[in-house]
Amino acid sequence: MINEFSIVWAHKERLLVGFGNTVTLSLLATVAALALASPITMALMAQRRPVRALARGLVDGMRCIPFLLLAYIVYYALPTLGIRFDNWTAGLCALVIYNAAYIAEILRGAWASMPREHIEAGLAFGFSGLKLYRRIILPPIVLACMPVLGNQMIQIIKDSAFLTIIAVPELTHEASAIQSMYYVPFAAFVSAVVLYWVLCRLVELAVAGVERRARARR
Amino acid sequence: MRAYDYLSLLQGTAVTVSLSLVGIGLGVPLGLALALVRWSGVPVLARLVAAYVSVLRATPLVTLALLVFFALPNVGVPIDPVPAALLTLAMNTSAFNCEIWRAALNDFPRAQLDAATAAGMTPWLGFRRIVFPQIWRISLPGLVNEMTLLIKSSPAIAVVGIVDITRAAVRIGAQTYEPLPPFLAATALYLLVVFGFVRAQRSIETHLDRKFGFA
Repeated sequence: MINEFSIVWAHKERLLVGFGNTVTLSLLATVAALALASPITMALMAQRRPVRALARGLVDGMRCIPFLLLAYIVYYALPTLGIRFDNWTAGLCALVIYNAAYIAEILRGAWASMPREHIEAGLAFGFSGLKLYRRIILPPIVLACMPVLGNQMIQIIKDSAFLTIIAVPELTHEASAIQSMYYVPFAAFVSAVVLYWVLCRLVELAVAGVERRARARR
Repeated sequence: MRAYDYLSLLQGTAVTVSLSLVGIGLGVPLGLALALVRWSGVPVLARLVAAYVSVLRATPLVTLALLVFFALPNVGVPIDPVPAALLTLAMNTSAFNCEIWRAALNDFPRAQLDAATAAGMTPWLGFRRIVFPQIWRISLPGLVNEMTLLIKSSPAIAVVGIVDITRAAVRIGAQTYEPLPPFLAATALYLLVVFGFVRAQRSIETHLDRKFGFA
């Protein structure tokens, strides 16, 4: 057993490269998914019915399919329509599209339960359209959703492990590679699990930190 | 896609649904047992359960499936793909279910427990007659939500060689060189399965509503 772990330790660079890829993918995906979720949330709350229905269909569709299926669609099916990616970009795109739908739904929930007066005050001060959304609506709802958004980021980290199936060199993929080369399954995957756990704990701590800051400023 | 391809997708659906159902059937009671250990504060065990839940909630299903399938034989426990998949699903969902049950238990009014003790009920009888009938109704929406999440992460078990809906769709796509139609068919199948679970929850709730006047 100790021997197994020393083999994994000897190949720690590979594991760390995988860990780095997982961190990069998750961070980029979170930022991009948040950015993409904003217009989707606006569409979900739009006055015009067809816009709302279209956004609702998109969001509900995403929330019904497994992430791996979307990753396969982006990686295998889009090229047949003439859109080509390498597997790293395909993986990132799938993470962004999938989680943007979930984040849009989270933000919509917070927006819908936001006090009406807040928005009316913004309107009275002459804010409208995009500016109203960006300056008045978005900041409080993002802060209100912080814990749920943190959970979603943990979901993104865990979803990124699926990308091993389309050969993205993330943490699980590297652990798999080490195990298949030296046959050290226990040590390799337990190391990966520990690294995932550390990463998720860090996200939880970061979310708690941001919340404390936000409360102190209020 | 030919008739045979549709048949293999349906077979994949049967695999996804049956493995998920067994995983849920094992994971929901196991989650309750874990929650009870934490709730009643059994000295060392409660700490161990907290660690188990924390680690499993942070572990991707793919990684867990690989760990179970490759590492168990390595420590002398041979395991086939199907039991490995079931163990993976049950372990994963039990950690999340534990938190759902625990939230309901923590909100449970202390006074009712005291009343049960005062009426001479043993803790076990009090749990069966007073606590459980109330907490399962409170936990139901959370548990069903977790079930749909489990179904959506179930394609992970394909890494141990099980052909579920997603895997069947990939195979058809690779054979026909037209991946889009099987993927769309798979999407429709997942929609049906997830919708089925949500409908079952609704009908249980309306049934309870009619029988007891509240859900």
